[in-house]
Amino acid sequence: MEIFIINLIGATLRVSTPILLAAIGETYAERAGILNLGIEGTMFFGAFIGFFVADKSGSLWLGFLIAVLSGVIFGLLMALLTVTLGVNQHVSGLGITMLCTGLSLFAFRLNYGGRSIPPSIESFQQLAPFKNIPWLNTLTEQYLFTYIAFLVIVPLAWWLLYRTSFGLKIRSVGENPEAADAAGVNVFAVRYAALAIGGGLMAAGGAFLSLAQLGAFTHGIIAGRGWVAIAIVIFGNWNPVRAMWGALIFGGASALQLRLQTMGLQLPIPYETFLALPYIVTIIALVLAGRNASYPAALLKPYRRE
Amino acid sequence: MKYVKLFLITILVIAFAAQCAPAAETPAAVAPTAEAPAAAAPTAEVAAPAETEPELPLFYGAYATPIEEPWDGVIHAALQQAATDGKIRYEFTDDIGYAGDMERILREIAENQKPAAILGDAFGNEEAVRRVAVDYPEIAFAFGSGLGPAEPNMAVFDNWIHEPAYLSGMIAGGVTQSGVIGVVGGYPVPEVNRIVNAFIDGAKAVNPEAKVIVTFINSWFDPAAAKEAALAQVDAGADVLFAERFGVIDAAVEKGLLAFGNMSDQNALGPETVITGPVWNMGPTVDYLIAQVNAGTFTGMDLKDFSMVGKGGSYLADFHGMDAKIPAELLAKVKETEQQIKDGLFRVDIKEEPPVSD
Repeated sequence: MEIFIINLIGATLRVSTPILLAAIGETYAERAGILNLGIEGTMFFGAFIGFFVADKSGSLWLGFLIAVLSGVIFGLLMALLTVTLGVNQHVSGLGITMLCTGLSLFAFRLNYGGRSIPPSIESFQQLAPFKNIPWLNTLTEQYLFTYIAFLVIVPLAWWLLYRTSFGLKIRSVGENPEAADAAGVNVFAVRYAALAIGGGLMAAGGAFLSLAQLGAFTHGIIAGRGWVAIAIVIFGNWNPVRAMWGALIFGGASALQLRLQTMGLQLPIPYETFLALPYIVTIIALVLAGRNASYPAALLKPYRRE
Repeated sequence: MKYVKLFLITILVIAFAAQCAPAAETPAAVAPTAEAPAAAAPTAEVAAPAETEPELPLFYGAYATPIEEPWDGVIHAALQQAATDGKIRYEFTDDIGYAGDMERILREIAENQKPAAILGDAFGNEEAVRRVAVDYPEIAFAFGSGLGPAEPNMAVFDNWIHEPAYLSGMIAGGVTQSGVIGVVGGYPVPEVNRIVNAFIDGAKAVNPEAKVIVTFINSWFDPAAAKEAALAQVDAGADVLFAERFGVIDAAVEKGLLAFGNMSDQNALGPETVITGPVWNMGPTVDYLIAQVNAGTFTGMDLKDFSMVGKGGSYLADFHGMDAKIPAELLAKVKETEQQIKDGLFRVDIKEEPPVSD
């Protein structure tokens, strides 16, 4: 039983990582007042370009950096559309998702078309700091990005948002851009910056899948993880630390359902019930936590100076 | 600001125009040429009017999924090979999806390209494919399908690779140390169930004590989920994995275990990991279709046999030296069974009900 739980926690951390990175990215965008539905596509493009660059250059780190950069660029494109031009945020975001998905698959076919098995590369190796203690090793044998996401990005994102003047500006342009503007905050620049940071984190989440977890790129590599991240942002009440708990709940339910399927429980319920478990848990969590959800007041509203 | 908006609108308009352009040109490109050259080749009544080499029949691929998907990838590869060998001309459309576009696209192909044959996958688009087939009796339709053929021009095929799956299962049953074998599949649909059940039967034939765990991820494309499912099976004691989907072999590589691929030779995904696996080869089916179309004797039939071991439509993937990890006695038994299948002396049971974990 102990082994089962330790395995479960180890898998939970791994499954949660890409969703956590994307959720924190989305938190930054929404805190600044922009719902970025380009999240799924930004992750997809990050997964593709990271893999592509790593494959062609032979450097995983270069691939990862370019992936993050691509996310920043798509974040800025989202900013151009929604902040500067004031286009509807839903339409812009979904448009970016379609653009990113189409671009990635088009480039993928041009470069790797007509293969019977997906191209693969030697991926990032897992770190094993406690190799000699079996149970602790099971728990801590994780990819570097999992460590960075939980131990660096989450605290840093929280600190930046709540303890720095930059974070205060992000929150203020998402709550009351008129007041922020009157106080001398450049609403446009702050929103651009928040979307750029957010896009970078989303693409990092995608690149985690292609460069660390799989070492390969295929269709369906993101498989809706971006949309899950959006639900987790709401569950987290736009707070990076609470988003982390949301990602862990979803990741935990995913890891648990796969283990329940292997146990050969002769239950009179179809296996799809297990597959639905993470989503059911997420919906229940949203219902419980979402009642107190306080949306950033300026979310979805383009800002125009009078 | 206004200029930026105008600029973006202009780009949209241009992009839209570019999207429409190829469709507008198509009728001109396929202006029917003289019927005479077609008569020279034995294409009979299904002669395809063509813009270039009119002596070769045009085979058209219409795929619901992207061709990177392994199932449609096999059909695409066989047709491409036939085109390279100079037997046919080949064009294709992929990623048609299941949202109602199949019928329109098939009609466009039938009207504009007038191919001799259209191949593809009808799963999820069965009614649409059959409606079009009825309206174009001069075109040979051969589609992957879970249903039956229909006269005069609707032939069906499927990946009948349960025989090499059985052989793979035999090996899995023999090489497992823990006695637990993991199988990760996409959806429990008949074609997947057939392969998985045959694999389980093979394993139990060699090792009746073996315990088989089956997990479905309900996706054809989610390698990260497939890998996690496989890792959960490893946590539950599995030491040999059957990768019906991509992502599973990755888990075996990471854990230093043995694995079996599916659909194509997947040794490249783990040269020290992948022993072998069932491979589907559409070559025999395509060759048979070309012969029938050229002879004018095409008829709606089930092409099942051409995807089975007897005619080379499926086989066990090359071992790439991994047979060294299989006990000699077991390997001999597997080869013997394989020969018996070829000779028609041994039949692998076809079981299409969803497999259950032990």
